[in-house]
Amino acid sequence: MSQPSISKSMTIGESGLAVVFAVTAFLCVIASAKALDAPFAFHAALGAAASLAAVFVIINRYLDRPAALPPQEINGRPNYNMGPIKFSSFMAMFWGIAGFLVGLIIASQLAWPALNFDLPWTSFGRLRPLHTSAVIFAFGGNVLLATSFYVVQKSCRARLAGDLAPWFVVVGYNFFILIAGTGYLLGVTQSKEYAEPEWYADLWLTIVWVVYLLVFLVTIIKRKEPHIFVANWFYLAFIVTIAVLHLGNNPALPVSVFGSKSYVAWGGIQDAMFQWWYGHNAVGFFLTAGFLAIMYYFIPKRAERPIYSYRLSIIHFWALIFLYIWAGPHHLHYTALPDWTQTLGMTFSIMLWMPSWGGMINGLMTLSGAWDKLRTDPVLRMLVVSVAFYGMSTFEGPMMSIKVVNSLSHYTDWTIGHVHSGALGWVGFVSFGALYCLVPWAWNRKGLYSLKLVNWHFWVATLGIVLYISAMWVSGILQGLMWRAYTSLGFLEYSFIETVEAMHPFYIIRAAGGGLFLIGALIMAYNLWMTVRVGEAEVQMPVALQPAE
Amino acid sequence: MSFWTRHQVFEKNSIILVVGILLVIAIGGLVEITPLFYLKSTIEKVDGVRPYTPLELAGRNVYVREGCYLCHSQMIRPLRDEVERYGHFSLAAESMFDHPFQWGSKRTGPDLARVGAKYSDDWHVTHLTNPRAIVPQSVMPGYPFLSRNELDPDSIADHMRTLRTVGVPYTDDQIASAGADMKAQADPENAGTDAFNKRYAKAVVRNFDGKAGTPTEMDALIAYLQMLGTLVDFKIYNEKANLR
Repeated sequence: MSQPSISKSMTIGESGLAVVFAVTAFLCVIASAKALDAPFAFHAALGAAASLAAVFVIINRYLDRPAALPPQEINGRPNYNMGPIKFSSFMAMFWGIAGFLVGLIIASQLAWPALNFDLPWTSFGRLRPLHTSAVIFAFGGNVLLATSFYVVQKSCRARLAGDLAPWFVVVGYNFFILIAGTGYLLGVTQSKEYAEPEWYADLWLTIVWVVYLLVFLVTIIKRKEPHIFVANWFYLAFIVTIAVLHLGNNPALPVSVFGSKSYVAWGGIQDAMFQWWYGHNAVGFFLTAGFLAIMYYFIPKRAERPIYSYRLSIIHFWALIFLYIWAGPHHLHYTALPDWTQTLGMTFSIMLWMPSWGGMINGLMTLSGAWDKLRTDPVLRMLVVSVAFYGMSTFEGPMMSIKVVNSLSHYTDWTIGHVHSGALGWVGFVSFGALYCLVPWAWNRKGLYSLKLVNWHFWVATLGIVLYISAMWVSGILQGLMWRAYTSLGFLEYSFIETVEAMHPFYIIRAAGGGLFLIGALIMAYNLWMTVRVGEAEVQMPVALQPAE
Repeated sequence: MSFWTRHQVFEKNSIILVVGILLVIAIGGLVEITPLFYLKSTIEKVDGVRPYTPLELAGRNVYVREGCYLCHSQMIRPLRDEVERYGHFSLAAESMFDHPFQWGSKRTGPDLARVGAKYSDDWHVTHLTNPRAIVPQSVMPGYPFLSRNELDPDSIADHMRTLRTVGVPYTDDQIASAGADMKAQADPENAGTDAFNKRYAKAVVRNFDGKAGTPTEMDALIAYLQMLGTLVDFKIYNEKANLR
């Protein structure tokens, strides 16, 4: 397809996107000028600046590039597109450190409230969504973008679909993060947990997400392999379901198209149910299905063993996505939500234990015949321990969804501990393991700069997790018991503030654990940076000629 | 052909796989969410629940903006200790005009579903400005800036209009006098308080922040907190008729 005689011209994508962004820049300038509130004006100005930058980059890229677009194949081998993967990997590390740092700050605020500084943009209520969004959507999201774009290309033996489209997805997604994060600091929130961004950020994310689905799906459609690899089923389920959840939970009516405030279409009990249908499945499909895809690709690759059972992975897949969707009401036990919904939610949550452990077994048993590698390869150890944490928190979850247990655990730190054993142990470690594999692959390096530093990262972070979750178990169960404690005369034994006071030592231990986890991530960032900077190149070939598997 | 062979249709056709995923994930949500919109027993029949006054609504928006829901629930569970600590368990009807709901998921601080009328306005002003001035062990952030931020009575009608579109039964009269009502509720000397009281049953008119002049975010937030959980009269609430 690439004849040297081809005259250079802009593709429809390049010219179309440049025009769209030029128009967007114009509209954003108008919106900024007419804005009803300062945060909206700021975000519109950001949108204008970013759109102008996009126009510039698109045209500049066109001027710099050769007449022919990069070929799909070189010498019969797929010409993989690594640019967007490198970008997302870098952003993942950046947002990871930012998100862990904000987590450490808010953990410290709970131990020492003076750290709120009594300013609007530094108070716990605004920083907490910043923390959760930064770690889930910014760190986790970029890990998912990077790995999904890598895995889909390699397992389909096909170059990523589209030329600008993959870049639109990764940069556009990070722009969404920027709007969401700065919005929280400025008090722009619709107050739905893990879905806090306001209507305009939601609209932008919808556009980015549709393009993400298209890029992923079209790459699968042009695959050279007859079968769609297991990991891609999980990525697809993640992408499709997150789209459904996002649209279901977020319909809102802005007070004005020139203002940031909107009111969600759902109210009261229906809103609560929509919210936790969304909230629990953000866990189920963003933090589980997506990262299970990572497990299904990176553990077999790193261990150099096939997946333990293909049939188990089929059962795992369908059972997991079918059952997860039902589990939302366990966040609303004993609330004004009707009992029948609560009971359904509890029942399915308990059933969910089975596919979760099926997946864990499939991941762990992939190591059979290669267990000795755990001693020598700290990256593989990180991946395997992540699956162990997955098993632990997917046992704890169903247990906490039992109404009697939930009556004690709900509203306490036990929930926070449970979330973090999943988030730090499972999502964090599987992401770290994947990035430790992916960075040398994407940058064409022989290996990591230092395995010893990976080992340090592993142990420092593991110690951090243990401190974190054990502190939260103790404080959560302690507070739950104190709330329901009665004196022998039949009066409530503790005032609320006495139970808050009792949390203090555990909040300090928790902050220490979070601090260790952050230190581990800093070690990792240094290691990856040095891998890219001074690592030995894998093969002496131009980047465009990376060999296929 | 075994099940495993049949499954290949999903493994070899991406569109069928996507459709399969969509069908499988649709079921749970449809079964759990849809009936909540039409089953009559979902929301109890009660008297007294009304939409928020303009000032309360502005206060609620401050509550949302500052992320209060991250540490305070507004959902008392029907458990012995909670009912004794906080009051009657929360009814679905009490949050039926809440867009979005504020039930919360964590109690770093106490539940606020029935905090209304439990403390004086003075207590709230001092506590919101510096929580540790009143409760030394508190870990709550201080919000001294609320007293400095003046409200914009002219814009609140647009908010109520938007809420009416999504289902909150504000009347034309309420929307037309929104700005005046906002000022009236925070100022007992205001000539419009009688008209305001007719438009909103059980609404409290007080100078919540104790300062003269344009109502502030402190006025609004305290007006909101002081009405929480006070609308339903549980002396006349028919518990049996609403058993679910």
